Amino acid sequence: MGAIALLLSLTLIIPGDPATILLGPRATPELVAALTQRMGLDLPLHLRLVHFFGDLLRGDLGEDILSGRPVAGLVLAALPNTVMLAVSAIGLAVLIGVPLGCYAATHPGSFGDQVAAFISVGFISTPSFVIAIFLLLIFSVSLHWLPVMGAGDAGDPLDQLQHLVLPSLALAAGWIGYIARLIRSSLLEVLGEPFIRTSRAYGIAERAIVYKYALKLACIPTLAVLGVGVGELLGGAVFAEIIFNRPGLGSLIYKSILDRNYPVVQGSIFIVVLLFVLTNLLVDLSYAWLDPRTRDSISSSFAPWRQRART
Amino acid sequence: MIETALHIIRSNASGRFGLFAVALILAAALLAPWIGTHGPNAIDPIHRLAPPSADHWLGTDQLGRDLFTRLLYGARTAIAVALAVIALALCVGVTLGMTAAYLPPRGERLILILFDIISSFPTVILALALVAVVGPGFGNVILLIAVVFVPHFGRIARAQTLTLKNSPFLEAEIVLGAGPWRRMRHHVLPNIIGPIIVLASMDIPVVITIEAGLSFLGLGVRPPIASWGSMLNDGYNYLDQSYWPVIASGFALTMATLGFTLLGEAFRDAIDPKLRRQP
Repeated sequence: MGAIALLLSLTLIIPGDPATILLGPRATPELVAALTQRMGLDLPLHLRLVHFFGDLLRGDLGEDILSGRPVAGLVLAALPNTVMLAVSAIGLAVLIGVPLGCYAATHPGSFGDQVAAFISVGFISTPSFVIAIFLLLIFSVSLHWLPVMGAGDAGDPLDQLQHLVLPSLALAAGWIGYIARLIRSSLLEVLGEPFIRTSRAYGIAERAIVYKYALKLACIPTLAVLGVGVGELLGGAVFAEIIFNRPGLGSLIYKSILDRNYPVVQGSIFIVVLLFVLTNLLVDLSYAWLDPRTRDSISSSFAPWRQRART
Repeated sequence: MIETALHIIRSNASGRFGLFAVALILAAALLAPWIGTHGPNAIDPIHRLAPPSADHWLGTDQLGRDLFTRLLYGARTAIAVALAVIALALCVGVTLGMTAAYLPPRGERLILILFDIISSFPTVILALALVAVVGPGFGNVILLIAVVFVPHFGRIARAQTLTLKNSPFLEAEIVLGAGPWRRMRHHVLPNIIGPIIVLASMDIPVVITIEAGLSFLGLGVRPPIASWGSMLNDGYNYLDQSYWPVIASGFALTMATLGFTLLGEAFRDAIDPKLRRQP
């Protein structure tokens, strides 16, 4: 709610109103006035808010001021690409990060642990767009292993997969580092608890202790970060989509900002914020599934954006 | 205290590396006009996109500008933006946070809602949306990245103030007749600022990344000013002709963010072991 109010008030203080920009310097005042009225820009802010929510309930996000197509259609067309990218990035990050963290936690202080720690910090602190460009340089420009641009042929899953590898790797890199570090520290903490000692005393295999009992508990803090991480993934997707020239929400936002196509900016950012808030809600609910102790507190205090993300 | 902190930072390898990288970048930023081998905007069209040579240590970009010199000036931009953003967000955030803790519930909720609105946007997306409105440029970039970071400092300042608010020494101040502003400025602030500054130091690499990201998209610092982000973008556009611009600016960015991250973490562990929280 508040986010949208902010979004609208932002467009209210745009330097130079969109109508003038759109029609060019030679437009007559009547033309400008007509367009302003058509876009509803002459209404006061609170009325525009009401209109926006009214339209929203009917699934209408306004229309593209350049092509006149409905924004909802544009956003819906872009959404699957971005979701696919984000999901595969998270998948990659979990697939690589969790084993890395487990290894580091079960061999604390070893050489492998130190290497893992260094890799983690390196991945976390390198901006995703730098990683993206370096990946592009190495695998596409120099080695010609993978295609450079686009999202691939829509009818050809293999081609799409090939186009997905580099962008999702670039997005995942930072999260591989985060997850590895988090899993390591929380796994170490859990392994020091009395119930683990008891399990060992019962003679349960070490492997079963680590992967069956301890890892489940150790996942909870990771999950919390993952919720915030979705926001960063969506932010990072802007860069990945531009660098690899993929269609998607990120490149849609970027293009419409350059064109000053404000209805599209508004609509697509609204969807991104919605995605972000919803995933955080999901993450909070899944705590209850993983850790029954928190079940009571979640229903009473709900704050999806407790933790701050980093880029 | 600073000396022991420095000692601890130097005692582990990653802290040492962070210190070294940060010192290098600060030196580059401060000494750019003297170390730079060419003018930052000196154009040399004949030697455009040249590989490294004795004259151009890291090669040249698409206008024939010396990459090494532009890297040094890029360090200036990155450091200036990072420090300005952190200082601004820290001042506004801490003031708002402390005030929130002292306001009646309704006023407090208003400030908290403001924080919630800002943080309900993903960081990069909010920065992008703000740029769309105010337009690119050096000052605008500083202002809008600062907005993004205000809730971060504000929330911590509020939480810390709340824990302090009812402690005996502050109650004694009330008895002595000190008003809320005086208590905040002279008693609360000095008590909460330490940990907040440590956290602020950890935000430096994040700010550098966002600035470079915006400049990469052409929505940050305007062209004649050297920025690692816009250098990376220029290099990206000419990737088929020369990869030196991309390597140079990408390496500088990585070095800066990695250095500040490692130093920040070492700093945090050294100053206040209690703050050791997970990333």
